Amino acid sequence: MDEYVIAGIKFGILSPDEIRKMSIAPILTSEILDEDGMPIRNSIMDPRLGVVEPGRRCEVCGNTIGQCPGHFGHLELARPVIHVGFIKHIYDLLRATCRNCGRFKVPEEYIKRYRDPERAIGEILKIYRKMSDRWPLLARRLSETLKREAFRVDRCPFCGEKQYKIKIEKPTTFYEEKMEDQVKLNPIEVRQRLERIPDSDLEILGYDPKESRPEWMVLTVLAIPPLTIRPSIVLETGARSEDDLTHKLADIVRTNERLREHIASGAPNIIVEDLWELLQYHVTTYFDNEAPGVPPAKQRYGRPLRTLAQRLKGKEGRFRGNLSGKRVDYSARSVISPDPYISLNDVGVPIEIAKVLTIPERVTSWNLENMRRLIINGPYTWPGANYVISPDGRRIDLRFVNDRKALAETLTSGWIVERHLMDGDVVLFNRQPSLHRMSIMAHKVRVLPGKTFRLHLAVCPPYNADFDGDEMNLHVPQSEEARAEARTLMLVQEHILSPRYGGPIIGGLQDYISGSYILTSKATLLTEEEVIDLLAAARYVGPLPEPAILSPKKLWTGKQLLSLFLPDDFNFRAHANVSAGNLRCDDEECFWDSYVVVKKGKLLFGVLDKKSIGSQQPESMFHHLVREYGSEFGRMFIDNVFRMFIRILEKRGFTMSFDDIVISEEAEREIEKIMKKAFEDVYRLIEIKERGELEPVPGRSIDESLEIKIMDEVLRKAREEAGEVAIRSLDPFNHAFVMARTGARGSSLNITQMAACLGQQSIRGERIHRGYRDRALPHFKPGDKGALARGFVVSSFRKGLTPTEIFFHAAGGREGLVDTAVRTSQSGYMQRRLINALQDLYVEYDGSVRMPDKSIIQVVYGDDGIDPMKSVHGKSVDVDRLIERVVGWKR
Amino acid sequence: MTRAKSSKKSSKRSREQAKSRSKPKETREEIKAVAEAEPTLRQATEDFIRKTIHEKAPYMPKRIVDELVSKITANNLTEEEASKVIDLAINEYVNSLIEPGEAVGTVTAQSIGEPGTQMTLRTFHYAGVRELNVTLGLPRLIELVDARKTPSTPITYVYLDEEHRHDPEKARSLARKIELTRIENVASGIYMDLVTGIITLELDPEMLEDKGVTVNQVKSILEKYGDVKVSDENPYTLILETGIVDYLKLSRLRDKILRTKIKGIKNIKSVIIQKRGNEYVLITDGTNLRALMKVKGVDPYRTVSNDIKEIEEVLGIEAARTMLIREIMNVLNEQGLDVDIRHVTLVADIMTRSGTVKQIGRHGVTGEKESTLARAAFEVTVKHLLEAAARGEVDELLGVAENIIVGQPIPLGTGKVSLMMKTSAIRKKQGDGG
Repeated sequence: MDEYVIAGIKFGILSPDEIRKMSIAPILTSEILDEDGMPIRNSIMDPRLGVVEPGRRCEVCGNTIGQCPGHFGHLELARPVIHVGFIKHIYDLLRATCRNCGRFKVPEEYIKRYRDPERAIGEILKIYRKMSDRWPLLARRLSETLKREAFRVDRCPFCGEKQYKIKIEKPTTFYEEKMEDQVKLNPIEVRQRLERIPDSDLEILGYDPKESRPEWMVLTVLAIPPLTIRPSIVLETGARSEDDLTHKLADIVRTNERLREHIASGAPNIIVEDLWELLQYHVTTYFDNEAPGVPPAKQRYGRPLRTLAQRLKGKEGRFRGNLSGKRVDYSARSVISPDPYISLNDVGVPIEIAKVLTIPERVTSWNLENMRRLIINGPYTWPGANYVISPDGRRIDLRFVNDRKALAETLTSGWIVERHLMDGDVVLFNRQPSLHRMSIMAHKVRVLPGKTFRLHLAVCPPYNADFDGDEMNLHVPQSEEARAEARTLMLVQEHILSPRYGGPIIGGLQDYISGSYILTSKATLLTEEEVIDLLAAARYVGPLPEPAILSPKKLWTGKQLLSLFLPDDFNFRAHANVSAGNLRCDDEECFWDSYVVVKKGKLLFGVLDKKSIGSQQPESMFHHLVREYGSEFGRMFIDNVFRMFIRILEKRGFTMSFDDIVISEEAEREIEKIMKKAFEDVYRLIEIKERGELEPVPGRSIDESLEIKIMDEVLRKAREEAGEVAIRSLDPFNHAFVMARTGARGSSLNITQMAACLGQQSIRGERIHRGYRDRALPHFKPGDKGALARGFVVSSFRKGLTPTEIFFHAAGGREGLVDTAVRTSQSGYMQRRLINALQDLYVEYDGSVRMPDKSIIQVVYGDDGIDPMKSVHGKSVDVDRLIERVVGWKR
Repeated sequence: MTRAKSSKKSSKRSREQAKSRSKPKETREEIKAVAEAEPTLRQATEDFIRKTIHEKAPYMPKRIVDELVSKITANNLTEEEASKVIDLAINEYVNSLIEPGEAVGTVTAQSIGEPGTQMTLRTFHYAGVRELNVTLGLPRLIELVDARKTPSTPITYVYLDEEHRHDPEKARSLARKIELTRIENVASGIYMDLVTGIITLELDPEMLEDKGVTVNQVKSILEKYGDVKVSDENPYTLILETGIVDYLKLSRLRDKILRTKIKGIKNIKSVIIQKRGNEYVLITDGTNLRALMKVKGVDPYRTVSNDIKEIEEVLGIEAARTMLIREIMNVLNEQGLDVDIRHVTLVADIMTRSGTVKQIGRHGVTGEKESTLARAAFEVTVKHLLEAAARGEVDELLGVAENIIVGQPIPLGTGKVSLMMKTSAIRKKQGDGG
């Protein structure tokens, strides 16, 4: 089979001759259907214009529905009309050329420079041609300036004719201002003037006289589009409903017919003019029903018609809706849910879906038996097949084959079996909004019972997915090339590292982090039984290490277990997430165990938490592992070791309960005291301000200064202090606190809000003050600027909020919601523009970044030729890390 | 694990012990002598490192070579270890080079667009100073990418020369000089007498003090409007005899007087002094880079404004590019978003490559694309199509959008690769075999 590549698309205006030539039928009658309800020949529903009913063959091309592309007809217009889309061009051309001889009105200075106008045009043309080859944008500028200058020339340099000012009125009418009175230029005159412009003069003005003569912008013949682009819909009642375009065409043909009759019968000029104008209106709205100055044509019920321009325009128009984004087969969509027991690369596919999505597999001597089995299983049992394609291209639907066994017997090499999706097949998985390339990744299929797609928890960050009802899409690549590309380039493990910043976007999160902390903490000593269980969860094969404690009972540390999975030559040292505040350590041998040290593949000190294995943590232990030992290793680490982290939580139990946020009565009293003092401080500040003694913040008014002081210096501090008190009273192995400390979930602020005090609610960074006159809620005295009256919430989530506090909290919460709603649309548009501006750029073999026309944007990509994804947080070579790798164990 | 320490104290003690155990000087020198002979012990010198790198990979960038030299020598690595580090470095460098065909544009657009969804919309944020609000976050990012003519909060960071840099008093006097002060800024009241045509101007002593203006200064400025006298009752009241009795004219004059500049630079609404590191920096509300750079005491080499268009006009396109990169990075970092600078440079480069700052969008980069279809697929579809028809344009289908529209593979990544093959050779081989 020959393969053709479209080399280019040329745009132009159809000339009347071309329209007639490509037409299959002239439109002669405004009648559409005859008495039997059959479409009439030479009407706009002429059957030759295309096949729209199933089963009928096209008289013209012999194809059936779907194959026949449709054919154009044509309508001879009784009088010419102007094409709205070109109104600007016509207007410019009329003003830039002579009304008598049609020559370009060469401005004075060029005539002076080149001696005579004829020579001037010749010379400019030479320059213009040279320019448009190399600098098309500059050439366009040149003709634009020339045109603008020509508008002002009031006497033709060629024939000496006096030029009049030409005016345009609303949609399509031109006037010439002769002395005091305006003379209307009808389309016939306009067309005549345009006809007179010679080719050479047009070229200077930026037009291509071969493809688009300006007189073709005034229509004398109208192309009637095929029926296939305006199919009629048959309603349930049997009544036919015509497409908007057909309606509009009917109007045009009808008006044209009347106009022709009136001209033939010699009707008075006013009537002819009126009909002419009506024809112009219909043709105008046929092209663009939103043209400025034209009342849009409405359908019977008042809905504006969707005519040609509207079909192309906008998000759901032809370009953005159908050409830039296309609908596809071999896809599925379902709710997602987590599955901690599948691989990072896997996606769990429901059997029901696997039975519908198919992969065409060519039968060979190696898979013959297998394929036969699938055919025998048929379309309703998984794993089976839905279709079989014979070498001569016949497609057999297995739903209608009675004896599948016989068919299976006839199967030989060369047939193609469209078999069900099976374990190990590569598919693309996607969640909208697709903001980065990690929003579509390739997964390997795992067919599972149930109705949801199952995915590994660690792939949630790149998709930005959670399981509160999110749905995702799945696509099945159909060709071997597509599958190979998906497998090597798009597989999840190839996207552990993000190109946005050099770091892993996939990694440990939530329970994985809690688990790794619990496992590797000093307090964890494991019995032989536990060790075996944990290692089994991680699918470890090999001998157990020497126990850390031999007597009275063999006990192992969690660090020992983890070390089994680290490569022998791996060195690493860094702070742990818990290394903060009074638990901070800056060197190994840390008392708090908050400095991670790995030497020669042994985790010697430190607990693993978010900073070591977390997602979106550049330069972490996990990042270095993936970079230095490959994505396959990274995947195995997640698949196996992470499972061990979950297992220890399952063994020890890790929940958060009400008790975790209960603080001691003593702390409670202390917090109360802090709050009381803060309230008093607020009133004291207000009093100082009333006395006029408040020191203003530079550049702010007194009122603003007061607010700033209350918010920043009193109330924020009060909440922070309350939080400290609360956290101090919590058990360090309190699960909520562990999660906050290790970075698994939540922050100390969240704990503060649950255990101690919610703090100040704000709108636009200010205390809440709007609502009633001089007060936010009617529960307070007018003018009260105290903490409680302006939205400070003293209660904690545990204690529960008072009615007024609920109100303030809701107001503050609402701001967040509004913010998100506004932001998504804004950032979405910005990203669309960025993509559109940058999508064509690529790296050439010489390392430069270029546009498709080979023009250079950057001589070396990123000024150093480094791929950010492969870098270490931006650095191509991290010398410190290299030294650590080589001699890390020495010190 | 055998030496696990139970407390901080004991670890400290062990370190002291280690110190005291260190060998005497003579033995150290003996060891040194032995080490000179053995490559596994000999310390790597700068020459050794440079020579090794040059032999193995002469293409290594200078910056990395220098970093290797300084860090290897600082860590006292032996030659053997140094060689290992160098091998790894070469390996890492070669492996982290970008691959030909990579769709860097799309990756960049995504890397900047995706974090946009996580940005706050809260326009104002303190830029280190409480007194000045600066637009940051998504609105600022959009503003930069749009190449707006003026930023919504124009600001200049005025760095000072050696003389003024360290002295807060000198910095303050310079700030006063720069700050645009109009009569209305120091006046507490102005009254017209329609009968006599006298305008009485009351000055605010506190404001005068604050702005560093004297009554005499104001008086001399007012003199161009007529005779000025200092009032007898109040030294802060000026009396101006205009001789105009027409109400309209007089009130117009009054407004003119209020708007009269006493000193300062146009557009500089206010100036704030901030200490940055060990020097004082002036931060101005409003920009006028051209004038500010000429002020004596200002360091023109470091003074910048956040108005990209202004930078382009005053300092040129390269400066605009640098500032664009700096500003975008600043917005992203301020929001705690981690984006590689290479993405930002690419955006800045495409915006500035023509020699003027072009917007990312319809009126800039996208609007000037050669392909009709790509433009039509972006915005204002119909206009672009009709224009193309009139001009007889040809779309050569070189870009991504066009090829998607016609249903062909895109010319990026794996779609960029093509196979060239000598058919004659194949025919020959087939001929040989058959």
